[in-house]
Amino acid sequence: MAIARIAVNGVAPARRRSQLAMAWGRYKKDRLAVVGLAWVILFLVIGIIGPWIAPYNYATTNFLTANQGPTWQHIMGTDNLGHDMFSEILWSVQNALEVALGATLISFIVGVALGLWAGLKGGWADMVVMRLVDFMFAFPTFFMDLILVTKFGRGMGPILFAIGITGWAGYARLIRSLVLGMRNGEMVEAARALGATQPHIMRKYLFPNVMNNMIVALAFGIPGDLTVMAGLSVVGMGLRPPLPSFGNMIAAAGSNMLGYPWLMYFPAGIFALTLLAFLFVADGLQEALNPKGGF
Amino acid sequence: MVQALLTVENLHTEFRRAEDVIYAVNGVSFTVAPGETLGIVGESGSGKSVSVLSVLGLLRGTGRVTQGTARFGSTDLLKLKRRQLEDIRGRDIGVIFQDPMTSLNPTMRIGDQIMEAMLTHHFVGRKAAYNRSIELLEEVGIPDPQTRFRNYPFEFSGGMRQRVMIAMAVACEPQLLIADEPTTALDVTVQMQVLSLLQKLRETRRMSVVIITHDFGVATNFCDRIMVMYAGKVMESAPLEEFLKRPAHPYSVGLKSSIIEVGQTNRVLLPIPGTTQQLTEPPRSCPFVDRCTMAQDACRETLPQLRQLGGADHWVACLRAEEVVRHAG
Repeated sequence: MAIARIAVNGVAPARRRSQLAMAWGRYKKDRLAVVGLAWVILFLVIGIIGPWIAPYNYATTNFLTANQGPTWQHIMGTDNLGHDMFSEILWSVQNALEVALGATLISFIVGVALGLWAGLKGGWADMVVMRLVDFMFAFPTFFMDLILVTKFGRGMGPILFAIGITGWAGYARLIRSLVLGMRNGEMVEAARALGATQPHIMRKYLFPNVMNNMIVALAFGIPGDLTVMAGLSVVGMGLRPPLPSFGNMIAAAGSNMLGYPWLMYFPAGIFALTLLAFLFVADGLQEALNPKGGF
Repeated sequence: MVQALLTVENLHTEFRRAEDVIYAVNGVSFTVAPGETLGIVGESGSGKSVSVLSVLGLLRGTGRVTQGTARFGSTDLLKLKRRQLEDIRGRDIGVIFQDPMTSLNPTMRIGDQIMEAMLTHHFVGRKAAYNRSIELLEEVGIPDPQTRFRNYPFEFSGGMRQRVMIAMAVACEPQLLIADEPTTALDVTVQMQVLSLLQKLRETRRMSVVIITHDFGVATNFCDRIMVMYAGKVMESAPLEEFLKRPAHPYSVGLKSSIIEVGQTNRVLLPIPGTTQQLTEPPRSCPFVDRCTMAQDACRETLPQLRQLGGADHWVACLRAEEVVRHAG
């Protein structure tokens, strides 16, 4: 059958490779991105199973073993309350992921909705949204996070909400500019000529075409939100102890850097590697999903 | 005379810019009879696309229709609400655009896009739409339609994409097909293929076609009637035969003598001197006067209206049309 087809048309039938497979093909070429992805996946897995494999509970203190260096009992040492650092890190991964993913998702949804609306509707809607974006950019976001956290408390939910609600401006601006570029383009004109309605154009034409860019923006946004979360801890407004978080651990280790350096090395090292891994993945995605760049 | 399918009367369209207004279309009237092919010819910026897009409510940016009517059947397209117009576009009036490379949605399979044209208008059900898409792909000359149905636009060449666009435009069996420079972005060899495809579809479906082009060769090969536009006004409108035999407007004569004909190596090409002006105000005298070889004082003072030439179905907007005919003949 296939042979007959070739004979008739003079061309081989198109290879059945999906867009995704081709994107993966491009992604694979970037070694760093692959390594980064492996680390991110490991991070995600630990985020899910961390609490089960952790040898100690994050709240377990033991003053007899406080401030110990790495031993077989505590492979990453213990802090001044005798918390097992390895367990603390395993638990923090979960907290970090929950906050970072949740906050990024909130920013993303708000940003995409407002950006699409502003870009497609234009006029006063565009005006209002963009002035709001300008405000968000002009106003120190971190300060806003501090205010929100102070107001609503230092739990998981408030921090997630605070970081999420202040981070949407970038997404909105990006998606608006992309939509503006397409709104008067041939594709939308052709769709309108076929009788497509505005919501339909938004859903089937605009959104899928900005998706690639949005995924990349998301991948860059997650490490950003992780950093903000840690930053809040450093100024003492992060997750309330004993909930473990990278920021808390790093902030606590800072004052004892010379005496108990392992308290800094492990959390800061893992945190830095994680940020780097996310950035490599984002970079790789940008390469792989950009239909214009390619090979 | 048969009831016209589309009657546009006294259409005015303008684009508001920051400091001034561009008067793109200034009182265009034309009719398209059922089964007729009208070719709208003119250089860039003569308002040929804008006048048709105005009728369809597809103007971009600040474009606005300020005057006129466009009766399609018994409805005035310019008075319809957006929703009602969306129902007509794509179902009763199909549109093909110039650039097939950018007009298709790169994230959707070709077949889905053709099906969508039908499903949007509830033309047929999902299953029937699938079968019809395959048929349409076959009809527009895409080999192996079952496989191609599942391909994305980037897997097609320009000519093939234009065929897909055509399939989408005729999917709902429109009575009127509007082709806005359908061959401009294509290779010369592919141009002829696409044109003959359009010709075939026109004949099997007996639909009316309005083809906008600046390629005189395309117009003379394809149309029953030619309408020449300049500066947002109709300069001349006549059946093809009549137009070729007795062009009555200096601009039409100029256009005709600036075409390269295959095999004629000794003929001198006569380009029309000058360029089109920006239409920052509506023309009060003949808009072509500065480039016209036959201009007189009267041409600078009055705005010539479309008038019938002789007894034939030949309309022209020139004070000296009779002399032009005699001169050229």
